[in-house]
Amino acid sequence: MAEVTFLEALRQGLWEEMERDDRVFMLGEDIGVYGGAFKVTDGFQKKFGEARVIDTPISEAAIVGAAAGAAHMGLRPVAEMQFIDFISCAYDMLTNYVATARYRAGLSTPIVVRGPCGGYVRGGPFHSQNPEAAFFHTPGLKIVYPATARDAKGLIKASIRDEDPVIYLEHKWLYRRIKETLPEGEEILTPIGEARLARAGTDLSIITYGATVWKALDAAEQMEKEDGLSVEILDLRTLVPLDDAAIMATVRKTNKVLIVHEDTRTGGVAGEIAARINEQAFEWLDGPIARVTAHDVPLPYAPTLEDFVLPQSDDIVKAARWLANY
Amino acid sequence: MPLHSVPDTRSETPPLPAELERSQLVEMYRFLRLTRTLEERLVALYRQSKVIGGLYRSLGQEGESVASAYALERGRHRDILSPLIRNLGAMLVMGARPIEILRQYMAKAESPTRGRELNVHFNDLEKGYLGQISHLGDMVPVMAGITLSFKMRGEPRVGLVYVGDGATSTGTFHEGLNVAAVLRCPLVVIGEYNHWAYTTPPEKQFAVKDLADKARGYGVHAVTVDGNDVIAVYTATRHAVERARRGKGVHFIEVKTYRRKGHAEHDDQSYQPKDEIERWAKENDPVDRFVKQLLENGWSEAPELEAIDRAVKDEIDQATDACVNDPLPPPESALPGVYVNPAAAERLWFRGV
Repeated sequence: MAEVTFLEALRQGLWEEMERDDRVFMLGEDIGVYGGAFKVTDGFQKKFGEARVIDTPISEAAIVGAAAGAAHMGLRPVAEMQFIDFISCAYDMLTNYVATARYRAGLSTPIVVRGPCGGYVRGGPFHSQNPEAAFFHTPGLKIVYPATARDAKGLIKASIRDEDPVIYLEHKWLYRRIKETLPEGEEILTPIGEARLARAGTDLSIITYGATVWKALDAAEQMEKEDGLSVEILDLRTLVPLDDAAIMATVRKTNKVLIVHEDTRTGGVAGEIAARINEQAFEWLDGPIARVTAHDVPLPYAPTLEDFVLPQSDDIVKAARWLANY
Repeated sequence: MPLHSVPDTRSETPPLPAELERSQLVEMYRFLRLTRTLEERLVALYRQSKVIGGLYRSLGQEGESVASAYALERGRHRDILSPLIRNLGAMLVMGARPIEILRQYMAKAESPTRGRELNVHFNDLEKGYLGQISHLGDMVPVMAGITLSFKMRGEPRVGLVYVGDGATSTGTFHEGLNVAAVLRCPLVVIGEYNHWAYTTPPEKQFAVKDLADKARGYGVHAVTVDGNDVIAVYTATRHAVERARRGKGVHFIEVKTYRRKGHAEHDDQSYQPKDEIERWAKENDPVDRFVKQLLENGWSEAPELEAIDRAVKDEIDQATDACVNDPLPPPESALPGVYVNPAAAERLWFRGV
């Protein structure tokens, strides 16, 4: 048993898959010699060679396109976006080429596109984004977003083995903040499409994913102490496909739902979850579905501004108390 | 009956070009004729409203399509090309069948994409073609990845991708060409300078004179050839393919040609000078030029070519008859296959059975 960070767990998952399957290879900017901007792939090129850990030009569209082509030929590419903000440069390639490939042409495209996302780190507008909503809308892409070290490892391994293209979002605020003891010598695979009950409760449910799982946990602890409220937290882990069964189960259990995400509000994932609850569990609701999200602005740099724009534990407490009293 | 007889001058015929066999020259002619006749059949079907969407002709460009594809190694798991809308000839060379093209255009249930995609947008990676998407330039990075896989596995295979003059303005073209060049992928890029990108002429598309100049900017070996000279295109492509196969990286061949029809069949070509179209048709048709070479050099004879023409027409007649009355795909077949898992999209309640 050894305690590892979120980042180390991710590294282990990548390493194990590279060792297990020689069809797996990596490509991205500065991932080889340097080991990546956050050192996720540190030591990989030395171990696996330049042919399997490829430093590329600054060309996100070509990185994704080349990954797709190699995947058609039976390889299992893992493409890194140095910061996930730059995935928008490959938006066309992902949504038009990759996402449609199986449906329109029967092409197998088992690629993983991964990279550091998220704020709370003073990264400013272009090193803090959560791009899930831009891809959530496109049929053909899977999206995973681990919140724990265990799932960071289990989901990267499952993503690499998945037959469909997967966008793997890794929150950089969690990289070195979250530690967890993982068993050694046991393979960790987190099934894609299954949410995780992060905290059991009876009074209301918080449905969330990524860094805000931890913000919600803090809020739940506080409310238990101060209000005697029993808050359930569902960590979605996978955004596409959404685990409708787990979502409806928690709604039926607590009858009140707060959806929390770090991404901006309009057109965000919370809206879709709310609509599904409305369609599938309307009679079980004892209050309106509430949302805590970022404000609808680009993410600003100054700590005062960033902290105001992003959802904080206090915001979750405030919204949850309002909902509990509804 | 032959239109005119050719004296037997075999002993005096000029040597065969580009290390080609006589039978190969004749086979290239067959592919040229197959392309042109198939498109003519599609025009007829289009006018009968049997083609569901648009029809895109390659009239005047068949030479470079057929000749460049013919320079590849064909067969199961050999070279792979990625064609554009005007590379029907290249797909036929690689083994796409006329009935597949007809079914695609007519959106038949039995079409290669089961009615999901249009025209030549389909693939058979075993035979060696990967259909394009409509976002021009995107196939360059994808083919960089295909050829990267050849390189990683040490396979002696080559990829070839077509881009139009307009497509060389896209970001993915530049990213893909650069990445392929840096990674030294065994990739040949055919830049089709056909003078019109929908309605846009070259001077409004780029400020360089030749597309080859763009490729040279990335350290890519580039040449410009007469795209309507079948043997010149074949020779240049063969050379590039052999070099790429030997590990010499990316090669770019610019083929100067001319789009004699509109962007699609509906297009009235009001922006194209009439005399320009007529001049290319009269003086620079790739099929006419190739036939002239075949006959003047004694590499073939009119009766042989006429027999091919008849066989091609019969083949297309049979293919048309075999599929023209076939059904469209059943509506609910729209749902499966977005992912491996889940196997099908949810059928929405208001379309419940």
